[in-house]
Formats: sequence, C-alpha cells, structure tokens
Amino acid sequence: MSTRNDLAAVRAAAKAALYTRLQGTMDGAPEGAYRRHVLVCGGTGCESCHGAALHDALQQAVEARGLGREVKVIKTGCFGFCEKGPIVKIMPDLSFYVRVKPEDVEEIVREHLAGGKPVERLLYKEEDGTVARGGEIKFYGKQQRIVLRNCGLINPEDITEYLATDGYEALERVVTKMKGEEVIAELKVAGLRGRGGAGYPTWMKWENARRTKSERKYVVCNADEGDPGAYMDRSVLEGDPHAVLEAMAICAKAIGAQQGYIYVRAEYGLAIERLRIALEQAYAHGVLGENILGSGMRFHVAVRLGAGAFVCGEETALLESIEGHRGTPRPRPPYPANVGLFQQPTVINNVETLANIPTIIRNGGAWFAGIGTESSRGTKVFALTGKVKNSGLIEVPMGTTLREIVYDVGGGIPNGKAIKAIQTGGPSGGVIPASFLDTPVDYETLKELGSMMGSGGMIVMDEDDCMVDIAKFYLGFCVDESCGKCAPCRIGGYQMLESLKKISEGRAQADEVPRIRRVGLAMSKASLCGLGQTAANPVISTLKYFEDEYREHIEEKKCRAKKCRALFSYTIVQERCKRCGLCVKKCPVEAIPGDRKSGYRIDAAKCVKCGQCMAVCPFNAVSM
Amino acid sequence: MNREAGCGVVKREPSGCACGSGGAAPAAVRAVLEPIVQRWRGEEGNLIMILHGLQKAMGYVPRAAALELAQMLDVPLARIYEVITFYNYFKLEPPGKYVIAVCTGTACYLKGAPQIIDSLRDVLDLAEGRSVTADGLFQLDEVRCLGCCGLAPVLTVNGEVFGRVKQGDVPDIVEQFREREAGVKQE
Amino acid sequence: MVTITIDGYPVKVRRGTSILEAARKVNINIPTLCKHADLPATAACGICVVKLQPSGRVLRACCTPVEEGMEIITNDGELNEVRRAVLHLILSTHPNDCLRCGRNGTCELQKLAEDFGVRHEYFPNICAPLPKDDSTGAVVLDPQKCVKCGRCLDVCQRVQNVWALSFLERGIHTRMAAAGEIQLADSPCVRCGQCAAHCPTGAIFEYDHTPQVWEALRDGGKHCVVQIAPAVRTSLGEAFGYKPGELLTGKIYAVLRRLGFKAVFDTNFGADVTIMEEAAEFVERLTRGKGVLPLITTCCPSWVDYMEKYHHDMIAHFSSCKSPQAIVGVLAKTYYAQTQKIDPATMFMVSVMPCTAKKYEKERSQDMAASGYPDVNLVITTRELARMIKQAGIDFHGIAEEMPDNLLGNYTGAGTIFGVTGGVMEAALRTAHNFLSGENPGAVDFVEVRGLKGIKESSVTVGTATVRVAIAHGLGNVDTVLERVRAAQRSGAELPYHFIEVMACPGGCVGGGGQPYGITDELRQARAKGLYKDDAQHSVRCAHENPGILRLYKEFLGKPLSEKSEHLLHTHYTARREYRR
Repeated sequence: MSTRNDLAAVRAAAKAALYTRLQGTMDGAPEGAYRRHVLVCGGTGCESCHGAALHDALQQAVEARGLGREVKVIKTGCFGFCEKGPIVKIMPDLSFYVRVKPEDVEEIVREHLAGGKPVERLLYKEEDGTVARGGEIKFYGKQQRIVLRNCGLINPEDITEYLATDGYEALERVVTKMKGEEVIAELKVAGLRGRGGAGYPTWMKWENARRTKSERKYVVCNADEGDPGAYMDRSVLEGDPHAVLEAMAICAKAIGAQQGYIYVRAEYGLAIERLRIALEQAYAHGVLGENILGSGMRFHVAVRLGAGAFVCGEETALLESIEGHRGTPRPRPPYPANVGLFQQPTVINNVETLANIPTIIRNGGAWFAGIGTESSRGTKVFALTGKVKNSGLIEVPMGTTLREIVYDVGGGIPNGKAIKAIQTGGPSGGVIPASFLDTPVDYETLKELGSMMGSGGMIVMDEDDCMVDIAKFYLGFCVDESCGKCAPCRIGGYQMLESLKKISEGRAQADEVPRIRRVGLAMSKASLCGLGQTAANPVISTLKYFEDEYREHIEEKKCRAKKCRALFSYTIVQERCKRCGLCVKKCPVEAIPGDRKSGYRIDAAKCVKCGQCMAVCPFNAVSM
Repeated sequence: MNREAGCGVVKREPSGCACGSGGAAPAAVRAVLEPIVQRWRGEEGNLIMILHGLQKAMGYVPRAAALELAQMLDVPLARIYEVITFYNYFKLEPPGKYVIAVCTGTACYLKGAPQIIDSLRDVLDLAEGRSVTADGLFQLDEVRCLGCCGLAPVLTVNGEVFGRVKQGDVPDIVEQFREREAGVKQE
Repeated sequence: MVTITIDGYPVKVRRGTSILEAARKVNINIPTLCKHADLPATAACGICVVKLQPSGRVLRACCTPVEEGMEIITNDGELNEVRRAVLHLILSTHPNDCLRCGRNGTCELQKLAEDFGVRHEYFPNICAPLPKDDSTGAVVLDPQKCVKCGRCLDVCQRVQNVWALSFLERGIHTRMAAAGEIQLADSPCVRCGQCAAHCPTGAIFEYDHTPQVWEALRDGGKHCVVQIAPAVRTSLGEAFGYKPGELLTGKIYAVLRRLGFKAVFDTNFGADVTIMEEAAEFVERLTRGKGVLPLITTCCPSWVDYMEKYHHDMIAHFSSCKSPQAIVGVLAKTYYAQTQKIDPATMFMVSVMPCTAKKYEKERSQDMAASGYPDVNLVITTRELARMIKQAGIDFHGIAEEMPDNLLGNYTGAGTIFGVTGGVMEAALRTAHNFLSGENPGAVDFVEVRGLKGIKESSVTVGTATVRVAIAHGLGNVDTVLERVRAAQRSGAELPYHFIEVMACPGGCVGGGGQPYGITDELRQARAKGLYKDDAQHSVRCAHENPGILRLYKEFLGKPLSEKSEHLLHTHYTARREYRR
C-alpha cells in the first residue's frame, strides 16, 4: 500500500475506532467505536514490574467476559509517572490506576469495565488523599507534552493508532507540497535547538547538509542515550517510535538524503524491538521505502546497534562506530553536515529533537516559538529522579523554574529532608544549589550557573547526599567511558578521579584542589570531544558551590552527609543497646565482638560500613 | 587484500594448533558464522551488527571465531580485536551462567548500588577485577543506567528484574538462583 | 588562497592548509607531540592547542584547516598553562627513565619536557607495568613508554597494510599491541621497523645488538669483517651533524677499521652480484619461458615476509636471488675466505643496515648458511653504528677517507642506487639491456623509475622487446600492483608488467626502519640525492662491467645461474601464516 488515499482511509478508520479515547467522551462517537480503552503502561520501567503480565491478564479477562468489542486493551508508552507504576488508565473517564498488580485485574474488569464503577483503592490520590483523575493530577499540571504527546495515549506497536493522532500528516505535506528550503525555514522560525545537550540550532545543521553537494547523504538518529539517570530518548523510542521515523523522513526530504540509520544502544532491548515493528509497519504503509506516498521520494531507514560505549553518543564517534571502527571522535572541522558518515554529508539529530519535528510542521514554527523562552523555544523532557517524591519522566515548557519542577511537578523532597542541590546535564553538567531554585530553566540560564541542559537528566539531592561523592561518581563514569584517544581526557580524568578518591578517603594532600583545577583547565580546553571537555564540570561545579564540603573532607577528614565511608564509623550506643545480638548475626564480616554479658561493640578495623547493623537494630542503638 | 586460507603452493611452515584459544574447531565456528555473515553481507556498517550476532550465538567472542570472521570478511584480525576490546558489550571470555547486572545509574547509585555490589562480591567470593565466579555459575556486571530509575536500586539476573533492592536482600537473591541451579541439576 | 592572521601577522596560504603549517610561514613552530610530517594528524595529544579570536575558543593547530579571516593566537599565558598541564599528564603515565632509555637525546617527549622546563612531577606517576616484547629480535615494543600518539598504528595499518599493531581496550587502559594478546613475532609483523622510525619515544625501538658486536671485536679468536649497505653512506652523517645526503663512504670505511674490523666490505658489491644473477634470471624468464613473469625483486626482507604471508599465490614470481647482504655474507665466508686463506669458522660477519628486517633475514631459512656457517652473523642498524662510533670516541669529522677491502668492496653506480626506491630496477635494466641485446643502454639514467610516487611505471625498449616495469614502495601500494597482474592473468590479457621492484619502506632503504630519526620526504629525497650523486660520480655505472664482479665469476662462480651460483646465491620461499598463534 503506498498511496495517499489508502493512508487517508486507514487514518479515518482508526480515528473512528479510537474516538472515545481521543475525544475523551462517548458523545458523538461513530458506529463501531470502542466504548472504553484500557491503557497499560508499557515502558521498560513498568514492563519490568509485571507490566506485560498485567496487559495480557487484562486482555484475557476482557475477552473472557465477552467485552472484546466494547473495550480495547492496549500497551502504551511511558506515562511519565514512574514512581507510581505500573499504571493503568481507563478512557474516556480518565480513571488513573497506580501500582496495579496482576491480582487486581479481575476486580478492575468486573467492577469497572463491566460494572461501570471504578476501583476506589487503586485510583491515584494526591498527598492529601483526594482522588485525582487524568487531567487533574498535579504531577501533570505544569507539563506540556509535545514530544511525549503520544506516550501513554497510543499503542506504539500499531501504526494505525499513530495515524489516528495525525501521524505522518506532516510527512505527507512535506513530500507533496514543500521544498527542502521551506521545511528548514519553518524550523528556523520554530527555533528548535538540539536536545541532545549541545543546543545547536537544528535548522542550521539541516541547512549545512542541504547546501553540501553530494550524490549520497545520510540522516542519523542518535539514540545512544547514555547519561546515567536519563531515559527520555528511550521512552520516546518505546512509546512513539513513528514520530522519530517521520521526522527522519522529513529531514531526508529537506537535505536530499536517501538513507537513514538509527544508532541505538544495544542495552535498549524493548526500544529496539518497538523500532523493528515500527519500521516493518512504516514500510508496509508506504511512508518509508522506494516511493514514499507515491511521491517518488526514496528513503530507507535501518537500525544499527551500539555496543556499550557511552562515547558513541558523541556525533563523530557515533559515525565511526557505524563505520565499524573504535568509537573515537574525529577532529572538527569538518563537521558531519559537510563530511559525515562514510565521508558523506550527514545530519545527526537526537531522538527528542526529532520527535518535535512532525508537530512543528503540522502546527507551524510560529506556534512552537510561542512556547518557552526567547533563546530556548519549545519544551524539554526531563527524567526527574533522585530525592523527589514524584520520580518520573516529565515535559515542561522552557522557562519553567526549578522550584516549579521540583515541588509542583515533583511533589517535593520525601522524608522531610532538606533539598541541597539539583544536578542537570548528567556527567557533563553541574550542580545547582537550592538557592537558585527560582531559576527559569533554559540553555543559557543553566550554563550561566555552571551547569548545562544536557540531554535532560535532572537529579534532586538532599542533605544526605555528599557533593564530593557525587562529583566522584560522575567523573568515575567519564573515566570508564573515555575512549582514550586524547591525552587530556584519558589521563586527566583518571588523575582527577584519583584526587577525588583521596579526598573521599581522607588522604588528600593540601594541594589537591589546585591540582584538580589544573587538570580541569587542561581537560576543558584541550580534550578532543565533548566528553573530555565537560567531564570536569561536576567537579568544578561542586567546588564552586560546596567548597566548604571539600574543605571538611580534606582538612577535617569529615563527611557531613556520611556517604564517604572512610570518613565515618558505626558505633553502638550502649545506653540504647539491649544486647539482642541481631546485629552480630547480620554483620557480613563478623566485626561485632562481644557477648550478652559484657555487651557488644563494633571493631572499626573490620567494619566495612555496610550499614546492616544499623538497618536491623530494632532499638536504634547503632549510630554513624 | 587477497588472503588465502589454505594454499597449495610450496611447503607450509610447520605450525601448532590453528585455532588458538577458544576450543571450538574451525568448521563448527564457521557453521555458526555463515548465516550471520550472509544476513549482513553487502550492507554498509555491518561489522558491529555481525559481532552482535556472533556474541548472541556463542555467548562471547572466542579467538577462533575472530580469526574465522577475519577470513570471511577479508578484514584484518587486528581490526576485529580493536573493536571487540573497545566496546564493553563484547566479551572475550565465556560468560557465567547467571549474569547479575547491577545498575549503577545515578538514581541507583544514590540509593545504594555500591553497597549492593560489595555485598554481592562478598556473597559470591568474587575479587575486585574478576567478573565470573570460579565455578562459572555467576557473573557480576556493573552496568550503566537501565532506565528503570523509578525502581532504584535495580539489578537483573539473566534479564529478570529485581527492583527496590535492599542490601539485605542480596544473599536471598543469590540463594534463589543457587537453588534453581540445584533443581536443574536434579532433573 | 586564504588569508588569516597569526599572532597579528597576516599570512596567505592555500585552502586546506592546517593552522600548524600556516604558522610555520610566520616562523612559529607550534609545539606538537603526536603530529608527524609523514602522517595525517590524529589530534591525540592536545599539545598543539591555539586560540581563535575573538571567541577565545581553543582549537588544535595540527588538524584545523584555515578559514578566511581567522585570527589565531599561538601562545599566551593560558595556552602555555594548558600545554604544560597536558605535558605533565602525559609524563605522569611515562617511566621518565631517560638515562636508561635508547631514545635519550632523540626523544620527542624529552624535548618537550626540556623546552617546557619540567622540574618536578606534578601528578602522581601512574605508569602501568607492561612487559616488553622483543620476540621479533628486530624491533622491541616497550608499551610503558607509549604516549598513544597513534603514529605506529597509522604506519603499520594504513601505510604498510600489515596490521600487526593495533590499539586494544579503551580509556586509561588503551595500549598498543598485536591483536589478541600475542607476541609480535607471532603476528603478521614483517619487521620493517617503520613503527620504530616514527615513534616519538622509546616505546618502539630497534633491538640493540651492539653488545654482541663489541664482544666479537674483543674476541681475539674471531676474524671480524663488516659490510655497509648503500643507504648508510648518505645518512650516517646526520648523527654527527652532517647535512642529510652527504656522501661519507670513505670515512665510514676508515671508522670501521678503527673499530677493529679486519676487513671492510661493501654491500654494494653484493648489489652488483644480485644484478648479475637477477638480470640473467629475468632474461631466462623473458626469452626462454623458464619460470613465470612478472619477475619480482627480493632484496627487501620485509617485502619477502609480506609476500610469504599475504600473497601465497604470487610467491612463484619471486626472483630466487638472495639479497645483497646475504650475498656478501656467503661470498665472504667462501670466496674471500678461500682466497685469503682464512678459516671461515673464525669469521664473524657484521652488516650495517638501514633496516631492522635484515636482523631477521639472516635467519629466515637454512639457505642463509649456504657457506656452511651463518653467512651473516649479526646485523646492526645505522643508529647502532652511530652509537658505537661515539662510544669509541672516534672523531668522525677529522678522520681521513680510506678504501674498502678489494675483493668484495668495489662497486659500480648501479650497486649504490639499491638504497633508493627504483634503484634496483634501474640497475637491473642497465644490465638486462646488455644481456638481452649485447649492448649497454644509450642512457643509463632511467629517470622514470625515480622519485617518491607510491607506484611508478615505465617501459624500456631493448632491441625488439618492450619491457614494462613497475616499482612500488611502502607495502600499502603492493596490493594494487599485484591486483593488476592478477586481473591480467584472469582475463588472459597481456601482462601489465614484466618486472616489479618492491621496497617495504617508503622511499626505499634510505627511509628504512633503522635510519637516523626524523624521517620526512625531504630527508628521503636528500639521502637519495646523495646516492644518485654517488652513482653519477662512478666511472663504471653498470654492474656487469665491475672488474671485481668479472673476476669473481671468472675465478669462482663461473657464470650467472651456474650450479655454484645457485647453491650459494639463491634461496627458496615458503608460504607462511599471518598469525602463528
């Protein structure tokens, strides 16, 4: 099938079938529309919590009750409210079930789907206990889901559902009515900037590739998302893969490319599978291949896997990897838009950048530019995790403040702890102390504070997090992932890490911090690629805002957050100890000598600071 | 480059074992590689995809397979080794039967992944720098973010996901698989 | 053309020029480490950083092409600080054991440390203990000293197409080694030594055989004799402050006698013999159909090893003739020994070569002991000889020229050009012309086969025959030439070439793995020029007119390809595995 009329027919039929889901009401529903839709979260997070079993059980139960014609059960992409997963949402009544287990299926089907009465105990409730339906939930209040518009709404394994939400309409317009320059002009008005972290204007990249003359050009989707704590791209690939395919085809038309590759991490098994299915369906429906929608345009997309190298998220290292080499970056210039994959002009864009494209084309660049701030248009997807009540995947307009994100969306800090800092930009970014909570988030403001937007990882830290430890964690990551080609990153990262280890173990020399700064300068100026250039950021940034913590570690050999194990010890508070001996049993290294009569104490020499004694003591008699 | 595997010209140098470490006979290795190479022949950027196929089929990349692949693709062996030693995914040693992957992404790290790893090393008697236990039963991998940050800390055993793991759960989790292994043996 | 400013000075250069090259035009030599004039920039070390104004963005000079209007600062306080920090980082992974390192005085890292006034170790030393690999007996790998510049890989992989060396692992664990944890001798390594010639530090170094030479010279019971290769005479001087290409043959003979050698021979004599045998062989194949065409030269042992490993099907094309080194060796222990009434058992033949592979050649098969003893006992490189001369305190400049030992010492112009790419072919053509037509060629300078182009072709008319020849240097150029031959064989078309010369080292032996450091095309050309001058100065320029040669055949060998010649001067080849493990 390849004609536009065929596609239009499929789209119309799908819209009809999904009416009550898309419109949120039974009113005006056409013949044959499903009365209810059961949307089961099928992102990796919920899948690994019996999400798949949940979906299958619901499906079977619905069929068993003969409700198959009225009720559609589907798996969707990530709802974003990961803290409360597995999630099941019922449309059109917007019932939002959380922490659903397979055992709950029978009740949901019996009481709600058949009986029409939602299961109260499973419904999401705000902190004060009030039930909130989809649309009212505070978590979503400040969010504006453009990139994630289909995640949690459609079945990513069914192209007709993508069509029903206006999917491939943008592509159709582009291949039949628009010239390459016009597409790029629209992007320029929109002001879309690369969402992978660098924030380079997307229209410029496309224009550079369009201008470079060549018989063969490429479109590459960078799906090698590797920042620890970031899963925005993964969620898009799992929840709305067609958005990426459509965007790549639009790019191909704009620059004159014939071949596209999606370079995706080998660890993203579910995303790879969903892409495979999406590609199969896209080809079958004529939106990819030799003759796209009968327009004569030719564009093929294939998947290429990574193999466990974070550095391959760097543009030129990624190209090297596809070409079958070690993933080491190339010196730039020349840039990929001029000399890229197999030496041909290539546009490489991040998944999230691409996922914005179809909506921009459909709604117009001006619409997109109306969202966000002057320098940073549109929205940003963040993976909000760490010490925050509502951990999950969120999408907010640029310019939303950190306070709004952490408290209004995130629900604030759990366990009554005080917020300390927010880390953005993953291993390339920095920490932002709580005093800057009212900063509106965009590319420039974060950079001014010594951090960066990055790909969207946002980690909230509280008083129990040690800034030295955080810096060491991120730097350790970069050292492991360094490709090793250039000396500043390969050696500098390692030396800086050694310094941090010494600091966290109380062995730091007096000149440790000046040494760190010196390495930081060399790395930031002389590294060949972004990994090395930014690897020192978490260290420099924590030094900037939390220098007193570093001083405590170095001079006083103290870790106030009690994270650096060499700098604190466990002791038994004898007044509270009831000599039950539980801690002795739990201790993995037999570091608690003594007996019932004379009492117990912890042998500091043997103690490995695992914390088991403290965790198991019923009398709170172990302290740090 | 024209490399001929075997050649009738002149006398051959006396040699030792042709296959090197890995144990698998060249013919058996070729049989595994043929369909993979066939599938990817002619497609650009296929080396890493072929290596993935090879690792999936054999569990790791034995030297014999690397040698054979070099022949089949007419690619220098040095290229194969440059690539498989660069990328963490490719293993040069046989894997453990139960692969325990502990996520060390930021969220999991903050919520105790290092302590879990230490406990695992204790329980499995696995020294630093080693990843497979002496009996070949368990393999410990520290992996990058698995993307289940809402369930931190997370570990998987042969893909089975364990979320919100506490350090105290570690001995029980390991025991679970030892029992499974014993059960398998009994059958 | 593009105009930019460097440190405020305007400079106009061709589009595509790097900032590094452009800066040289205004007398700035931006410090570098990993960049080598021979090779494209790898952009690895980070020393050559410069600043773009007004943004202040830092770039690498070695790989960044100039753009119209660029304003570059090559040096300021920050750049100096960055370079210094990077240098200290590199030093922190280095043994810094200069006094005990073979590159003491010639090491590029040492030079940087000196220029930057390094006085103490700023970072803790984290140099990982890694074992040396001297398994080839020709080049020694010392990975502890490796600065990961990547030059050796580029040379071994791209230039030489041998792929013995590679980077393994990544990050801080990156190291340079043969694939799969094996020794270099078990890898495809052909011992050409180009890796050693390009390495900035002592990480790859020639195997030092000078202790054995001293020992032999000391041994009263040994009759030590020596031969020097063509390329040595126009390169050894560089170690003593002479300009590259200075012809110092006479001085070298004198120095060798001072060192204690009882007889000084010249490999060029062996080259003349090689021509006699090989030209005869060529004529047999061309006119009498004995053996296959094209005939391919074999005086380069790296090339021989390469063919034996990678192109089994073409081995039959090899000339069976030994290399000049081997010929002088066997003749010394037979012809010379008999004539001079010296017991060959007491003879110790040392050869001085620009080449590391010659250390391997002397043992490559039983044929290398055709005299009944090892024909060549020991091979040292030009660099090793320079060290020996310095150790002996001999004033190279002051010493007076001498003559070689008559029997195996006098050579023709044809013999001396063996050291340059195209030289063997030119020498062979001079004599082949005579063997085919009975006359010498009108002009003995075959300029078409000279020069640094990777593959050179020419055709020579000899009487009614047209002889087509090809010359390749740098093993990376070999496949193309052989493929042309194979294509013709497959299709039944006329052979593209009748005679092929291959030199493993770019430039030929003047650019050999054992030559003084700092190889560039300028150096290759200068050294070659010296040899061509040597050729032009000789009154006898064809091998078949060498009186010493005529005497050798008359008194000893009979004629080319005689039974005695076959036994002493010819060898066999074996198909070998690329990987022995």
